Amino acid sequence: MSVTAIHDDHHDHGPTKGFMRWVTTTNHKDIGTLYLVFSLAMFMVGGAMALVIRAELFEPGMQFVDPLFFNSMTTLHALIMVFGAVMPAFAGLANWMIPMMIGSPDMALPRLNNWSFWLLPFAAVMLVSTLFMDGGAAAAGWTLYPPLSLQAGASFPFTIFTIHILGISSIMAAINIIVTILNMRAPGMTLMKMPLFVWTWLITAFLLIAIMPVFAGAVTMLLTDKFFGTSFFNAAGGGDPVLYQHLFWFFGHPEVYVLILPSFGIVSQIIPTFARKPLFGYSSMVYATASIGFLSFVVWAHHQYTVGMPVEGELYFTYATMLIAVPTGVKVFNWMSTMWQGAMTFEAPMLWAIAFVVLFTMGGFTGLMMAISPADLQYHDTYFIVAHFHYVLVSGAVFAIIAAVYYWLPKWTGVMYDERLANLHFWLTTISVNVCFFPQHFLGLAGMPRRIPDYALQFAEFNAWSSVGAFVFGFSQLILCYIVVKSMRGEGEKATDEVWEGASEHGLEWQLPSPAPYHTWEHSPHIH
Amino acid sequence: MKERFERRSNSKVLWPVVLVSIAMFGIGFALVPLYDVFCELTGLNGKVKSEAQAEAGFRVDQARWVTVEFVTTVNGEMPLGFRVETTKLKVHPGEYQTVKFFGTNQSDRTLVGRAIPSIAPGWATQFLKKTECFCFSEQTFEPQKEREMPVRFVIDPALPESVADVTLSYTFFDITEKQQ
Repeated sequence: MSVTAIHDDHHDHGPTKGFMRWVTTTNHKDIGTLYLVFSLAMFMVGGAMALVIRAELFEPGMQFVDPLFFNSMTTLHALIMVFGAVMPAFAGLANWMIPMMIGSPDMALPRLNNWSFWLLPFAAVMLVSTLFMDGGAAAAGWTLYPPLSLQAGASFPFTIFTIHILGISSIMAAINIIVTILNMRAPGMTLMKMPLFVWTWLITAFLLIAIMPVFAGAVTMLLTDKFFGTSFFNAAGGGDPVLYQHLFWFFGHPEVYVLILPSFGIVSQIIPTFARKPLFGYSSMVYATASIGFLSFVVWAHHQYTVGMPVEGELYFTYATMLIAVPTGVKVFNWMSTMWQGAMTFEAPMLWAIAFVVLFTMGGFTGLMMAISPADLQYHDTYFIVAHFHYVLVSGAVFAIIAAVYYWLPKWTGVMYDERLANLHFWLTTISVNVCFFPQHFLGLAGMPRRIPDYALQFAEFNAWSSVGAFVFGFSQLILCYIVVKSMRGEGEKATDEVWEGASEHGLEWQLPSPAPYHTWEHSPHIH
Repeated sequence: MKERFERRSNSKVLWPVVLVSIAMFGIGFALVPLYDVFCELTGLNGKVKSEAQAEAGFRVDQARWVTVEFVTTVNGEMPLGFRVETTKLKVHPGEYQTVKFFGTNQSDRTLVGRAIPSIAPGWATQFLKKTECFCFSEQTFEPQKEREMPVRFVIDPALPESVADVTLSYTFFDITEKQQ
């Protein structure tokens, strides 16, 4: 039939050549690559800012930067790492892997997909450009609490607008992912047969469409308070600054699960492959993820124990928060049971996944400590919380992303990475991340506040350790860049289609050739 | 073999999801009045109604003492000297008291200020009733002049037994520029 013939011709052409390929692409693999490369670049930018912070904190006293710039560094480091590095990395992995894992030829909305990526570089440039504006970049912390955040200079509307753009981008990506997962699965791929990475992203995407608009609304209120005379958060006009904290954390708490749920999915893909066993407790993993997603909406005020709340409120938020440990514990035990009596090997992805389980659990435990409201009064706004969220976000989210990169890189590029270098990267990173963040627990318990450029003498030793750890950690990531660039240039041993021994039993993506062709699953696979 | 199977159109899934995101943007704004209603019902944020309450005859509870403390704050750099004649007063619940606050304009221009009251603990808010207060309206201060501003209040004897101290705090905000 002529229609079919034309259709088939159309299928055979590959990517267009040159720079415009990347600007106009609607291919999920191209967009996934763009997201991941962008994320790696932002990881380095945000990391450089972290090193400015750690350099200043190496010794007591003021050495390198003035306090305003220091505060801008803490603020931009957080905003860039959350919205520029971790979220785009997950979006990139979703773009690359979800269609391949559910047997779909592409994302459901390819042109929307292109747009949601290309908003990001402009938002990032605008955010970084605020550093050069009158009055410096945003310096009130990533939470942008008023009235402090309203005192920013010319950078203020640009910071807000950046957040709007980043928000629109991630809402569009989330919408695309939801439609793809709900509507583009191959026949026979029922919801309860989906790989866990797909499940966790589905729940994450629902969280995103529910919270990003609320955050957009809250920062819009900041904007109108500053420029249009409204009084949402201005006590003089009958508003209340505490309202902002409630709105922010209504977004902010589910947001931290947005940063961790896809990591759970990644680790749930990797551990079964290298333990050569199916995932233990698949359906309990799905229900645990859904419970965590639901609970994330009803615990936000545990970030605000010190702002003043009646005892009943503190009790409710304490218990509700501790409840989250139950589904999270289910996950950790499931990962351990998957490894139990498995024929394990320890290639780089598995090393990172195991380190994730151990270190993320430590971050989870400090989280439990802070859930207890009377105890939290001591930890609030100290280095203890800094240690906590870096354990869950660096040795949690970032470790999972790196694990995912090593796991799927041979599928993307068709060549194996250098295992010896990857091991070096792993050990340097894992040791230095602990040298960097573990002493911060002690600093926080001893009373060192967060977001300060100078500190009392008794904190000097732990801060020096922490800075040394941070620098080793930072420069170790250059090994990752080298490994990735080398693989992208196609240098290395040729990877098999299966890549990892027995992996083809663990997901549809391993049944495709390596490197994955430009178009995959144009004919739906058979799911057993 | 070519396999074709019926898929729902993507837009059937797309539009509900888009509507959810738009609705959540609206809910963000709806949370503002909801927050006020919630705080008013529970008295959580110590916000006080900005209107006078009619003087009611309470039975004075001679057996009980409640300490009322007064805090005066000036927001930002408003050139206003703001003080109260006494920082602490022991009262019986049900007994009407008057406390004088003083505002001195330390600049050479007319100032317009608005005082925002707040009561701690928040759940005592509804039991501290004011029949006269400078916080009900904007206050104008002539250059270099002092003004006396009385507050007349009563503690409702229904105040829970557990509350022995109530703090009444006022913060003056400069609204001179907004008035012009």
